[in-house]
Order: sequence, then C-alpha cells, then structure tokens
Amino acid sequence: MAQAVPAEQKWWSGGKSPFNVEYGKLMMWYFLMSDAFTFGAFLISYGTIRFSSNSWPDPNEVFQSFPGLGSGLPLMFVSLMTFILIISSVTMVLAVQAGHAMDKKGVVRNLVLTIIGGIAFLSCQAWEWTHMFHEGAWWGSNPFLNIDGTKASTNFTNFFFTITGFHGFHVFSGVIINIIMLIMTLNNVFEQRGHYLMIEKAGLYWHFVDLVWVFVFTVFYLV
Amino acid sequence: MDNHSNSSEITFHHEFDREAGRKEVVKVTVILSVITLIELALGFWLISLEGDFFRLLVKGVICVLMLAKAFYIVAYFMHLKHEIRAMIMTIVVPLLLFIWFIVAFLYDGNSYKNLKNTYDPYHYEQSQIKVEKTEHAPAHGAEEHKDAKKEGTME
Repeated sequence: MAQAVPAEQKWWSGGKSPFNVEYGKLMMWYFLMSDAFTFGAFLISYGTIRFSSNSWPDPNEVFQSFPGLGSGLPLMFVSLMTFILIISSVTMVLAVQAGHAMDKKGVVRNLVLTIIGGIAFLSCQAWEWTHMFHEGAWWGSNPFLNIDGTKASTNFTNFFFTITGFHGFHVFSGVIINIIMLIMTLNNVFEQRGHYLMIEKAGLYWHFVDLVWVFVFTVFYLV
Repeated sequence: MDNHSNSSEITFHHEFDREAGRKEVVKVTVILSVITLIELALGFWLISLEGDFFRLLVKGVICVLMLAKAFYIVAYFMHLKHEIRAMIMTIVVPLLLFIWFIVAFLYDGNSYKNLKNTYDPYHYEQSQIKVEKTEHAPAHGAEEHKDAKKEGTME
C-alpha cells in the first residue's frame, strides 16, 4: 500500500475518516457499487434466460460486419470498440495523474483525448445498432437463427439492446461529465480550489464504464 | 507534495510520484491489451472448435481472463489497491454476493430448461425444428448482404 500509516493508528476513535478518502470519492464508490449491482442483475438475468434455452444465436454470425469492409468478419468491429474504450480509460488515468501534479495542460490534453474516445465508442455503437436494425433486429424482433439452425426467440435481441443500450447511456453520461470537467478545468475552477480531486471522481465513473464493457463484451460477443 | 490540503477527512497522504504512476499505467495498459488479444484469439478459435467439453473449457478460460481484466481496472485504474484496507473491504466484501448470485441463477436457468424439456414435450419438439435459413431483409447495401450469404456461413 502506498500510504504511510503508523501501525497503532486509531481509525475509529473519531475526528478522521476511517477510510482515509474524501466524502465525494467515498460516495462515488458507493454509487458505483449500486450501479454494479444493477448491471449485474441485467447480466445475470441474461445468463439465466440463456441457460434456460435449448439453443441460442451465434454471436459470430450476428456480429460479423465492419463498416466499409462488408460482412464475414466476426469479432473485428467489437475488438475495435473494446480497444477504443481501453485507450480512453488510459488517457483518463493520465488526466487524473496530471491533476495530482497540478498540471493543467496535461489535464486538458488527456480529458480531450478521453472525450474523443468516448464519442468514438458511441459512434461505433450507433453504427452497430443501425446496422442490426436494418437487418431486422430490434426489441421484440429477432431475424437471427439459433446456432443449431432452429428458430430463435426474441430474448437475444431484447437483452442485447437493453444491456448495450444501458451501457451506452452510461458512456454518454460519462462523456457529458468529462466535458463538464474540461470546462471547469479551462475556467481554472480546480486551479483556484487548489486540487483536482473532482477529476478523480469523474475518472472513477469512466473506469467503471470501461469495467462494465469488459463483462458485456465477454458475455455477448465472445462466449 | 501535499495534494489534499483542502480535504480535512484525509489524514495520511498518498505518496505521489508522477513518474512511478506513469510507469504503472503503461504496465497495466500492456497487460490489459495482451489479455484482450488472448481473449480475441480464443474467441476466433471458438468459431471452428468442435466438441461441447472443449468449447465449455475455452469459454471458462475466457471468463477467467475477463475477471483478470476487471481486477486490473479496479485495482490500478480505479486505484483501489492503493487505498487503506478498511476502504478496500467496504467495496469488495459486498460484491462477494455476486458469487451466490451467479451460481444460483445460472443453476436455476439450467434446471428450468431441463424441467421444460422433460415435462413439456411440445416445447421440446418445437425447439428442435430446423428452419430454412433466409437472408436478413436487405435495407442498406443489398450487395453487401449477398456477400454475407456466401462467406458468412460459419456454423
């Protein structure tokens, strides 16, 4: 652990935070925990329904298109989306670290890169949704067959659009939050406050969005 | 450097060294990218892999890699590893509920499938009827979808 805490430190005798974090950051963690349970409930209901089905559509057949390159390319487009999100998470950490060092220029540069990454991800998702919609997939409509050639129920598309939509909405709000952070940084709000801890809280949210995508990517596209 | 002077709850400060932080970010980025590439390689392998047991095994490996990625994001990007123990526990312990959550609900789904197949022969018969594969309604780029019909059959 990177903190120099004496062994006989009494955390619970009052006067100091037993968790040694500021209030806003602790509340952000608790919010993210509740959000984790919301996403968890979605994904586990998806798993339950999938386990109760005799067969299920093959993700490599459903997700096989790439803009400009046509079809027959399973996993390619979603790999691009995954890497976009990982890289935007990296630039977010760099923004937080620049904030610790009171380096305003570094914060601005990395926040801009993070926002661009977020918008790029959302654009990819918009393309994928549009493409699938034109193939006839939507809530309540599933043109794809099961992997064994039998007719599939609409469970697959219902879960896909609900869960990726809920995640996409999180990415969208993350981009909005980051834009607000950028404006505040440019207006010297944090410079005057003397610390950039707000960037850290926005960063926690952004990493959480990346974290959820790790699970969504695995259960919808890979397995 | 005193980074948290405006925050009275913080009694012990993180030792912040920007160079070390940058090194850690680079290391974690490489790890995450490599794990993702392995996952994708396994995903491509799954496309042509035969045999229920091996498919399940590869899917299990992918899930373990997924958890490894989650660990690196939470521990390093979200910085949880560098918080004090009480803080780590207040986040991680409640999440252990997920172990029960996943096991119970997947088991339940599987059991429901078996019950339906056993006691509802009509459901079982209906789920075994193969359907002639029709091409998805071509809306934009119809020729693109014709190509898909030729190359895109991979069951």
